[in-house]
Formats: sequence, C-alpha cells, structure tokens
Amino acid sequence: MSILQGSELECVRGDRRLFKGVNFSLDAGELLQVHGANGSGKTSLLRMLCGLATPAQGQILWRGTDIHSLKGDYYSEITYLGHLSGVKDDLTAIENLRISSALSGAEIDTEKAHGALRQMGLGGRESLPAKVLSQGQRRRVALSRLLVCGTTLWILDEPLAALDVAAVKLMQSLLEQHLNQGGMVVMTTHQEIDIAAVSTHRLQLN
Amino acid sequence: MSLWVIQRDLLLAMRRRSDVLTTLFFFIIVVSLFPLGVGPEMNMLRTMAPGVVWVAALLASMLSLGRMFSSDYLDGTLEQMLISPQSLSMLVLGKAMAHWLVTGVPLVLMSPVLGIQYDLSTDALLILTASLLLGTPVLSLIGAIGAALTLGLRGGGVLVSLLVLPLYIPVLIFGAGAVEASTAGLGAGAHLSLLGAFLLASLVLSPWATAVSLRISME
Repeated sequence: MSILQGSELECVRGDRRLFKGVNFSLDAGELLQVHGANGSGKTSLLRMLCGLATPAQGQILWRGTDIHSLKGDYYSEITYLGHLSGVKDDLTAIENLRISSALSGAEIDTEKAHGALRQMGLGGRESLPAKVLSQGQRRRVALSRLLVCGTTLWILDEPLAALDVAAVKLMQSLLEQHLNQGGMVVMTTHQEIDIAAVSTHRLQLN
Repeated sequence: MSLWVIQRDLLLAMRRRSDVLTTLFFFIIVVSLFPLGVGPEMNMLRTMAPGVVWVAALLASMLSLGRMFSSDYLDGTLEQMLISPQSLSMLVLGKAMAHWLVTGVPLVLMSPVLGIQYDLSTDALLILTASLLLGTPVLSLIGAIGAALTLGLRGGGVLVSLLVLPLYIPVLIFGAGAVEASTAGLGAGAHLSLLGAFLLASLVLSPWATAVSLRISME
C-alpha cells in the first residue's frame, strides 16, 4: 500500500462539478504533477490533500488512515505552500520565516533562518520589511520555509510563479534533493520543469 | 497557550500603531462628548457615567474586530494556521489575548481618567476600572467568534455588529451595574463575581467555537 493514496475523489463547487473519480497513489521519493487548464480544480485538489477542504466523495489515506481522523499527526508531516504566500508586509523576511516555521511546529533560531534565506538568494535583505521586496523575492521568502521544515510531503501550488531563471533552477535542485532523501512532492505548475525522481506521476484534470 | 502568536500580533500592532490609536481615541472622544452634550449637571453625569463608559468600550472593541482575522485571511496565514500541528483553539486564544492587550488594556488604563469628567468618587472609579478589567477580555473572546463567522463576507463589518452586540448585553448590564451597585452602597462583589464567571466561561468556550467557525468559513 502506498503512503499517500487518493481514491475516487470528487470536488463540487456550488452547483458545478470540477472533477470526479480522481485516483492517485504516491510513495517515498515520488513526484506527482497535477496538470489542467485554469479552473479545472487543481488548487481545490491540493486543498483537499491538506485537509482544508473535504471531498464531496472519496477519501484520502495517509499510511492507510483517513487524513481527517489523523489531523495533527498528518499536519506535522506536510508543508503546504498555496497561491497566498502567508508573507506579512509589516514583518521582515527573517521574522516571516521564523514565524511561519513556528506555526508549522518547528521553531528555528535566527542563525538557521539567516542560512536558509541566504541559500534562497536573499542574503543582505533579511532585515527588510517584506513590503519593499519584489513579488519574486516575497515568493523566495515563502519558499525558504521548505529548507527548514523537515516534513515528508510537500504540497506546492504553482511554486514557480514569479520566479526568475536562477530561482527556478534552485527550486529544481531543492525538489530533487528532497525526493532523493525519500520525500514526496505534489505540485501544480504551468511551466515545464524536469525533475529527476524515482518515478513521476502525472495527473490530468479536465 | 501559544505565546509566540501573542508576540507576533503585538509586533504587528507596533508596526501599525495608527490602528491601535484609532480605537483608543474613539473611546476617549465618545466618552468625552457626553458631558459636553448633556451639560454640567453633576448628579446626572454621575448616574450615567458607568453606562456611557461601558457602551463606549463595547463600540471601541467592536471597531477593531474586523481586523482580528482579516489580514491573516488575506495573506494566507490563516490557511497555515488551520493545517498547523498545533491546536487551532490555542492559536485562536492567543490571537484573542493579543486583541485584548492591544485594544482592551488601553481602555482599562484610560477609564479612571475619563471617569473624573463625570465626577465619580474614588471608589466608583476603582470599581469601574475593575469591571472593565474583567469585562473587556470577554468582549475580545466573544468578538472572535463573530469575526470568524463573518470572515470574507461582503459587508462583514455590519453583520459582525448584529451578531456580537446582543451577546455583549450581559457583560454591559453587569459591568455598568457593578458601579451603580457600589455607589448605591450595595457593594459590587456580586456583579464582579458574575463578570469573572463570564470571563471563565468565555475562556473555555470561545476558542473552541471560534476554531469551528474558522474551519467553516475557510471550507
């Protein structure tokens, strides 16, 4: 049995059915790329995977147990980065990173936060308030959480949006490193990206 | 309780001082307008003082409720709170405490000064401050439920007043009643005990109810 398994998932928004009968399974070191046109329910599927939304039908199993009954035990194994980055305008990059890490249950010290931000190419900008950073730099602040979180499953919604070429390369190697260490990634992206993984699943929503 | 949530909200409030000062100035101005409008009739001012101060405190606390969750909702932090391994109720309790420290405590500290305009005796001023000290955290805790339920709705500000103001009534009655009872020589003990009971009940129930409301609003 796979670690993460979704069976016969159905998503209904208002009176519209976005998708039904979606199945997938994911094991350690594997990548799941979710494809589909705008409005086909990619974000809804990822929100279901996080437990933020409940599927109209079907269930999502983590190591054989429904994620809605696991709650905190499941949440401590996942990291979700959505469209909204959770970066606060009034806080500095380093405060943002330390607070979002504390929220996900792994408090980190200033040293470690500095290291992660430098690795994401934000060296020298750690103490600037996020409101003076560019869109891409704010995205990098949000993504730097991946470097310090230490969770198994990463659920990433358009992680490459607003990133420049160098940052896309950086993300690519970061994802490959995570998969090499036995991590799992579920992501949506409109950009073409080659990520070396034990096996890459593609899920097409329409 | 999640101390770092309180710390974070206080830090954010420090970076946006104007929001905090708006609430405080609203309170000061509303309370100061009454003596100007009613005229310097000492006996009348003394009897209406507790009611006026308490109603102003309710409205001031209401004024800042909308901000309790909306900024976290808009920038995605709230989603992260819902999927945090830490208990959502505890996070919510931390946020309500921070809301009280930022909006409630300044009102409590200001109230003895404002009470002087109404010619209240020293005893009455003390009871007024004590009643506000016990009552304002209840306002933040109950308000959190309303703020969570109206999250992301258009015209949420009006709706939150309709939802929350009726729930504030018992706090208003016993808060203002405490001062009246003490000036009438009955002693404020009973009223203050009831306010304390409201505080304990809302400490237990409100974080849970707010957490459930947030999950419903975010679905």
